[in-house]
Amino acid sequence: MALLEIRNLHARVKDKEILRGIDMTVEAGEVHAIMGPNGSGKSTLAQVLAGRITYEVTQGTVRYDGKDLLAMKPEDRAREGVFMAFQYPVEIPGVGNAYFLKAALNAIRRYRGQPELDAMEFLELVNDRMKLLALDESFMKRSLNDGFSGGEKKRNEIFQMAVIQPRLAVLDETDSGLDIDALRVVSNGINTLRSKDRAMVVVTHYARLLEYVTPDVVHVLSNGRIVKSGGKELAHELEKTGYAWLETPDSGAKPAAV
Amino acid sequence: MAAGGVDAFVSHFQSLEQAMERGGRGWRLETRRAAIRRFAELGFPTTKDEEWKYTNVAPIARTAFRPAAARDPHGVIEERLEPFTFGVLKCTQLVFVNGHHSPRLSWRRSLPAGVRVASLAEAYRDDPGALQALGRLVPFESEPFTALNTAFFQDGALVDVPPGTALEEPVHLLFLSSAGVEPIASFPRNLIRLGERSRATVIETYAALDGAPYFTDAVTEIALGPEAVLDHYKLQREGENAFHVARTEVLQERASNLASSNFDLGGALVRNDTNTKFAGEGGELAMNGLYMLAGKQHVDNHTRIDHAAPSCASAELYKGILDGASRGIFNGKIFVRKEAQKTVARQTNKNLLLSKGAFVDSTPGLMILADDVKCNHGSTIGQLSDDALFYMRSRGIDEAAARNMLTFAFAGEMINRVKVAPMRVKVNEMVVRRLPYGHAAREDL
Repeated sequence: MALLEIRNLHARVKDKEILRGIDMTVEAGEVHAIMGPNGSGKSTLAQVLAGRITYEVTQGTVRYDGKDLLAMKPEDRAREGVFMAFQYPVEIPGVGNAYFLKAALNAIRRYRGQPELDAMEFLELVNDRMKLLALDESFMKRSLNDGFSGGEKKRNEIFQMAVIQPRLAVLDETDSGLDIDALRVVSNGINTLRSKDRAMVVVTHYARLLEYVTPDVVHVLSNGRIVKSGGKELAHELEKTGYAWLETPDSGAKPAAV
Repeated sequence: MAAGGVDAFVSHFQSLEQAMERGGRGWRLETRRAAIRRFAELGFPTTKDEEWKYTNVAPIARTAFRPAAARDPHGVIEERLEPFTFGVLKCTQLVFVNGHHSPRLSWRRSLPAGVRVASLAEAYRDDPGALQALGRLVPFESEPFTALNTAFFQDGALVDVPPGTALEEPVHLLFLSSAGVEPIASFPRNLIRLGERSRATVIETYAALDGAPYFTDAVTEIALGPEAVLDHYKLQREGENAFHVARTEVLQERASNLASSNFDLGGALVRNDTNTKFAGEGGELAMNGLYMLAGKQHVDNHTRIDHAAPSCASAELYKGILDGASRGIFNGKIFVRKEAQKTVARQTNKNLLLSKGAFVDSTPGLMILADDVKCNHGSTIGQLSDDALFYMRSRGIDEAAARNMLTFAFAGEMINRVKVAPMRVKVNEMVVRRLPYGHAAREDL
């Protein structure tokens, strides 16, 4: 059984249909990249998987570990092992980074019938993960993403993922807004988390991240459909040609600067 | 007497007057007579009065309140005070029950030479001249509730700190109400005076020992001498059927510094007037407020900051959290007079509505007559952010817990401004207990 099975997925925002029949199968241990121009539906797919209600699923199914993912509340998806790294992590003043992560981790553990971690156990757990993402202690005391730089926000997402240890990680444009050093740190974090039990879906506009995180499968999304799938060489191809060749009569997709 | 209203209070005053005449003493009977006459002329305010537009005090006017008699509150034992005190906090604590001082429940720690922390009645007994200044800052001619307080008050606190003296430990003034068979009215009156370069922290708590209806009409006068520093907290946690009307009037002399914090967590119908005036150059003011309401609570905060001298700075932040069918009113006025050049004034009111039935009316206001000033004001009314809720839920936190956490975070900014640590802990607990979504995430906060 595949870890993630998407069949004929259609989704819309208000009257605008954005996903127009996505089919995709992700096995445990695999990393899939989803590439495509702006407006192709990449981020919508990520948000639908995480359970954002802004998007209405009109057709199709998503099975995660054999279960109906679309029937689950966002928090239950997380507890079942789905994690989304946000393209734009939300700033939440007044909620401490450490406090938030501990609350999240313990909510997941409660759901799984595992004992909750106390403050000491939590600190032990997060300490080496912080090193992995090159975060210092002051970081944990700050308010969640509040006043963080773009790079800090993305590192925080991967840090959270490293602590929560999901089975399916959906990374939405995690490379956007990162300078080369931050990209290396973030990529290293992602690579460290690759394992035979875990799958990742990496949504990205550019092939840049894929130079560091080598995908098993690359899908090209255009106008709400997967128009091409292939191996890692497809990413390099796109890097050279851009997305201009994808233009279809009703897509309106513009050639992207690469 | 069953009926309430103005006549009832006038009639109660006659009894008080006779008792005072018989006793041949008591604070300025003539002033009290003038005050009750003025109250009878003014009557209770109505919503036609601009300052009372959103707050209808008819429920106070139509209830037959009896001014609480001076008797030892025999029913109150010390253990019952515990919820209203601040645990390990070392402080001098004066306890008043129904507006009357209870020496038995109060305790006094050793105070620096010349510092006086006493009940007004006690101070007056010892030396009638001690209350000479009382009433100077709070004219009652246009304020019916101040007139009523002036006519009826029996007790309250006197905090007098001489020049150059630092009172390191806070003073806690605890006003408790314990209702009898009929609804009672109490009229706490406080006078806080800080001499030049003196320093103090004063906490006023208003609370109930039971859920019966009662009416508190409190007035606090604060005079800050040059370079004096006062942290003043008012923790309003009255009973769920209580009416609470309070006025705090501050006069700040040159380079004095006031941090005023006002927490409204209780009461059925509440009105606070918190007013300060800069009378000398270089004064500083931080005016903070948090109202956290649910059910049918109605809380009205009026503040007035009068920049009557140059080079003073005021920063005001009031935050409101409203749930259920509660009503919150914020009305802030800042006056910058012609001579008050180099004024810096910032006024902010932020409101978080947690339900469709809650309502808030926010009226910030600046009136500026000077030209070389930095002033701004702003007001927001919003709900919990959907983006923030989704972000938290996507990490496994259920919706109720996420709502609690975000609500708590909104309040946290105000809680963190409490400098007295044991009080901060207490306010924190109270806010957590009032979070709307059951026990979700409470144990963690």
